[in-house]
Amino acid sequence: MSSAAHHGPNDYYIPESSPWPIVAMLAVFFMLSGTALTINEVGIGAWMILAGFSLLVVMFYGWFGQVIKENLSDQYNEQVDRSFRQGMFWFIASEVFFFLSFFGSLYYIRMIALPWLSGEGYLAESQLLYNQFVADWPTAGPEELGGRFKAMGAWGIPALNTLILLLSGATVTWAHWGLKEDDQKKLVWGLAATIGLGLLFVVFQVYEYRHAYHELNLTLESGVYGSTFYMLTGFHGFHVTMGAVMLMAILVRAIKGHFSPHNHFAFEAVAWYWHFVDVVWLGLFVFVYWM
Amino acid sequence: MSTATIDLAHDHDHEHHGPPKGLKRWLFSTNHKDIGSMYLIFALTMLFAGGVSAMAIRLELFLPGLQLLDPDLYNNLVTNHALIMIFGAVMPAAAGLANWMIPLMIGAPDMALPRLNNLSFWILPAAATMLILSFIVPFFPGGGTQINTGWTIYPPLSVQVGMSMDFLIFALHMLGISSVLASINIIVTIFNMRAPDMKLTQMPIFVWTWLVTAFLLILVIPVLAGGVTMLLFDRHFGTSFFNAAGGGDPVLFQHLFWFFGHPEVYILILPSLGVLASVVPTFSRKPLFGYSSLVGAMIAIMIIGMVVWAHHQYTIGMSLGAVSYFMIGTIIISIPVGLMIFNYMATMWRGAMTFETPMLFAVGILLMFSFGGLTGIMLAVVPADMQYHDSMFVVAHFHYVLMPGAIFGLFAGVFYWLPKWTGHMYDEKLAKIFFWVNVISFNVTFFPQHFIGLAGMPRRIVDYHVMFTEFNVLSSIGAMVFGLSHLLFLYIIIKTVRGGKQAENKVWEGAKGLEWELSSPPPFHSWTTPPKLAAS
Repeated sequence: MSSAAHHGPNDYYIPESSPWPIVAMLAVFFMLSGTALTINEVGIGAWMILAGFSLLVVMFYGWFGQVIKENLSDQYNEQVDRSFRQGMFWFIASEVFFFLSFFGSLYYIRMIALPWLSGEGYLAESQLLYNQFVADWPTAGPEELGGRFKAMGAWGIPALNTLILLLSGATVTWAHWGLKEDDQKKLVWGLAATIGLGLLFVVFQVYEYRHAYHELNLTLESGVYGSTFYMLTGFHGFHVTMGAVMLMAILVRAIKGHFSPHNHFAFEAVAWYWHFVDVVWLGLFVFVYWM
Repeated sequence: MSTATIDLAHDHDHEHHGPPKGLKRWLFSTNHKDIGSMYLIFALTMLFAGGVSAMAIRLELFLPGLQLLDPDLYNNLVTNHALIMIFGAVMPAAAGLANWMIPLMIGAPDMALPRLNNLSFWILPAAATMLILSFIVPFFPGGGTQINTGWTIYPPLSVQVGMSMDFLIFALHMLGISSVLASINIIVTIFNMRAPDMKLTQMPIFVWTWLVTAFLLILVIPVLAGGVTMLLFDRHFGTSFFNAAGGGDPVLFQHLFWFFGHPEVYILILPSLGVLASVVPTFSRKPLFGYSSLVGAMIAIMIIGMVVWAHHQYTIGMSLGAVSYFMIGTIIISIPVGLMIFNYMATMWRGAMTFETPMLFAVGILLMFSFGGLTGIMLAVVPADMQYHDSMFVVAHFHYVLMPGAIFGLFAGVFYWLPKWTGHMYDEKLAKIFFWVNVISFNVTFFPQHFIGLAGMPRRIVDYHVMFTEFNVLSSIGAMVFGLSHLLFLYIIIKTVRGGKQAENKVWEGAKGLEWELSSPPPFHSWTTPPKLAAS
């Protein structure tokens, strides 16, 4: 069960004390308080965000750099590896529930709130306020906040993006096979292809947003359709971007030869994250674009 | 359950791993005991901050009419009291116990991810700073209005509050990050760092309660984060999640909030009920009654607790089917919770009981938490709740649940393990005085609130009708004594840390478990070698 049994009694590994958690705390504090000030038009906020973000970059570089160094100098054991794996798994689980709050909201709005707003059921007193309103999805609500708009179709760019992400899921698996076969070339090219596809996805998404804003009049203010559309696709796009940055770090490490067929937790963690982002997209495609 | 034999020969190798000197020891710590102590000190500080706001509230309610506080400030204090107590005092204190005790109890050298552990803690002071900012900002010119929403921050009111609400939202985000990271760490520690031959079903119940609590946190905190993010966008970026004019629904926020908020109650209570599973068998000198049924009850509480959230919202106009479902689900939860209570009572049955301070608190919990549970069943019944809703009865109910259920459990845990942590025995006589003053003044404070609530006094309102005066005077007097009694707690803790009778390894005669095999206080790295369990 435990690796400790195989390695003798002094097998436990405890890391040296580290300044990076404090730096991480300061980074988060400056970024969030800076954001709170900026959205209330207090000038210093932007500088605080910049300071916080710089600290964040330094922190990730320093913290992960330290972990990589410890790993390469062979200080870790199987138990540490398992801790990292399980930690990543539960982190992704928490992310799943973050997205579920948005999917759940979409479900609630479409299945419960809007029918009531249209006068369905004995509890619908909203007819006093919005007498003629009948909610067809997509809707910007009884007062058509944000003006008339057109919904985003599913079978143009979104369908293409589905294919791109599914393909990128395949290429990252292909890279993993390369890693397990100790085939450096396959690993590097597989990762590079995955990053390329991820960035292509983001570019298409930006193009789609521009199209929505300029030609469809579909904005963040377009009632509850615009809200849910941009919130879900926006947070997903943010996660794809983060995933792509993580893949780039992994690519650099792969080129440096950090990974071996038996020791490559970082690669697998990022690959899991990428598959998670992929699965969320499938949910988006079905529930936001298609249905 | 089990005893351990340790191979002490290896301990010499690790003597050079003593604690680093000075401030670095605390700022850069990777030591579960140091981080646990910081959690506990932070929680105690916040307990006093939340207590001061509660005493200000009770001073204002001492007599009808406006005495001390401007109504907006009163509302802000009500908001802050709840947030500080829940996120600042109870959760960090429970996390502090987890940090200290889980590695000791499962035979681990430390938490699985020690650096992440330090991050989980240090985000808390930053989040507390954000909370304080949200309180201070309205006092500056252009700072906007105070937070007058209560801790539930329902829209549309919370959309109209000024800048301070943004600080509150980001404070909640930071608290959420801290809790999720701590929970990940705890789950991984429990799954991956147990002594090689300790099965999941041999873990102390306290460890089990934290496993369940950490699951709950990972599942529900992100939903709160999503909800307040939508609130932020509604406030500043023109979205319509909670705005009916754009097709949204303010009630959606209530669902998101209570999907987090109801499991949060179990998050607050379960670790304390876990402490009881250590305390009660020790002072009853009997093995714990019904280990597997306790574990089963906890898991049932976790699962059912996640699907009954809307009993906080009976009066918003849900369909009959929905309220019936939420009512039945809520009442069903009293079965596993009652089962836990009966397990502890059966553990006491015919035991050779003695009543040291932790045991006094344990008995106090069983009595008063059960009482809070009974008023909970009253509130779960929809037609009755239509009457009780938003009255002082609700305030009395949840203080009877959370003070004994959460904070008394933490007190019990602190007194039970304090000799282990500090190496000194606490002053038993003073601690008993603290218990009696605390528990009596608690009842004087909150018991009358049942009556004024049933008689119709609403909660969260700065003024009240003169006919409620007598009970409010009584309640306020109780609250002053109750609040000040915690100074005695502080004094006992400081006194114990600074000195006292040397504690033995096994502090309590009837205690079982791995933590009592180590010295008091334990070595800097708790278990340098995996302890071997011998089933007894």
